[in-house]
Amino acid sequence: MSTGKQIADAAIANSAIPAPDGTARVKQGAFKSLMYGALALAILGLVLLLGDVFNDGAGKISPELFTNQPSKIRPETSGFQSALIGTVYLMGIVAFLVVPLGVATAIYLEEYADRTKWWNRLVEVNIQNLAGVPSVVYGILGLAFIVRGPLSLGRTIVAGGITLALLVLPVVIIVAREAIRAVPPSIREGSLALGATKWQTIWKQVLPGSIAGIATGVILALSRAIGETAPLLILGAAISPRINPSLDNEVLTAMPLQIFNWTRDSEVDKFLPLAAAAILVLMVVLLMMNSLAIFLRNRYEQKW
Amino acid sequence: MSDQAKRTPLMTEPDPAATPGEAAHRHVHEHDAPTSAAGAPGEVARPAQTIFECKGVNVSYSGTLAVEDVDIDLGLNEITAFIGPSGCGKSTFLRVLNRMNDLIPGAKVEGSVVYHGQDLYARNVDPVQVRKRIGMVFQKPNPFPKSIYDNIAFGPRILGMKGDMDEIVENALRGAALWEDVKDRLKTNAFGMSGGQQQRLCIARALATEPDVLLMDEPCSALDPVSTGKIEDLMLELKERLSIVIVTHNMQQAARVSDRTAFFIVDLSAGEGKRIGKLIEFDETQKIFTNPTDERTEQYVTGKFG
Repeated sequence: MSTGKQIADAAIANSAIPAPDGTARVKQGAFKSLMYGALALAILGLVLLLGDVFNDGAGKISPELFTNQPSKIRPETSGFQSALIGTVYLMGIVAFLVVPLGVATAIYLEEYADRTKWWNRLVEVNIQNLAGVPSVVYGILGLAFIVRGPLSLGRTIVAGGITLALLVLPVVIIVAREAIRAVPPSIREGSLALGATKWQTIWKQVLPGSIAGIATGVILALSRAIGETAPLLILGAAISPRINPSLDNEVLTAMPLQIFNWTRDSEVDKFLPLAAAAILVLMVVLLMMNSLAIFLRNRYEQKW
Repeated sequence: MSDQAKRTPLMTEPDPAATPGEAAHRHVHEHDAPTSAAGAPGEVARPAQTIFECKGVNVSYSGTLAVEDVDIDLGLNEITAFIGPSGCGKSTFLRVLNRMNDLIPGAKVEGSVVYHGQDLYARNVDPVQVRKRIGMVFQKPNPFPKSIYDNIAFGPRILGMKGDMDEIVENALRGAALWEDVKDRLKTNAFGMSGGQQQRLCIARALATEPDVLLMDEPCSALDPVSTGKIEDLMLELKERLSIVIVTHNMQQAARVSDRTAFFIVDLSAGEGKRIGKLIEFDETQKIFTNPTDERTEQYVTGKFG
């Protein structure tokens, strides 16, 4: 029979924390340095790339770059005005289409759809899949149905905008759904219990509560659309146009397209600094958009 | 809300069976049974005037019965407490009274729930109209992420109530004994209030739409004793002008505030995994706690099970 003291002693002996043995410590250290190495490699690649671009393009940045039209003959006076205007148009069109469509779809799926019905599950699965479809496929879709086919808009900036909107729509829907889902059910119950209709509850409680998340998602989606090249190439974008795109001409161009055109020019050495300068401008715009997204999230996100 | 507005029927379309005038006059039902039923055993003391008359109410979720065959008449300007062990269906039944169960997919309510002479579950009754008149306070305080003022004003605004909004807000806050605490910070976010204040804000928010019934689903379970005491005092004040139904796990609370108490139980005899809530006994609170008719009620209120 063991006495109380014996039991207590045994318990203390068992609870002593053993010192780590040597091999465990070596393993731990090796794994840690492996992870730091991977991180360093990724950052090194990025720094080299940015440094190279900065080296090539920084000297080219000037007001003329923004005001002059691209030239295939004189790289020294060439700018990217048409491409910049094209990108501004595209962003406007994408935002105009994607915000109402994306938010409305997200509201339907979160607030109205009966998940026991197979068609709602089908829609959900398809939206998840569409978010992962390569952008080239959207280009082909746009060429077949928007530039030609049913819509027949031609190679216009609107056709490009619609194509990019379709491309980022799944992302906007997914992010908006998450933001809507983050509004606790107790808020909906509280509103409905006061005699609010379902629509009043969505419009006055759920949407204001999720607007920061939705806005963040929209900005991130736009920053994806701003860098897309492949779908616009498939649509048949113009090569270094000297006319600005507008709603009533067939000039389809954008910043990444202009960069692409400069880098594949036969006299690539002459045009490379221009491409690098355009990349820098695009990078700064992207950084600003992402910062805005982070700012919106931190400033306006509702903590429940 | 004016008296006229209160009398408007709950229906989306006129029901030939009951004109609005009739409905308004039928809500007071005199019963032959004496209000004090100390006499004959098994005789239940019914409220003299009722606000709800429920007959044979079953609630099921996706075909699984959750509450079975509840017959109960709830008193006008009384506080009725629902007590019973966890899972006995008392909260579920509370949500029958303002059609909150409609919001749960697959939920089905059978039987009749007559309120002011109208069956709440009649085909032509609009649940939104029901909830306008029957307010609800939840277990966890759920203020909206808005200012204190906007929390109160939300209901009156969506219902399009006429009148000075500042006055409506002040009256509601006074009604919930919260005015003195918050009158200098009406524009600050309600999330900054203490739990007890938040719950009183939720009561004030419900009062702002001038309901004539207040359903309270364990309103004090997340609160400290001081806040609980304030809310209990408030309930006793409020019953002068409306009827209150409260679900509570706290038997002392039921004994302190309620006029009548309904004891629910969870019946496991229907088979594996089946939990069916049943109303066992409904009587004056004093009788339930001192001299209940059913043995199970006695065991529960004396702490022998549950």
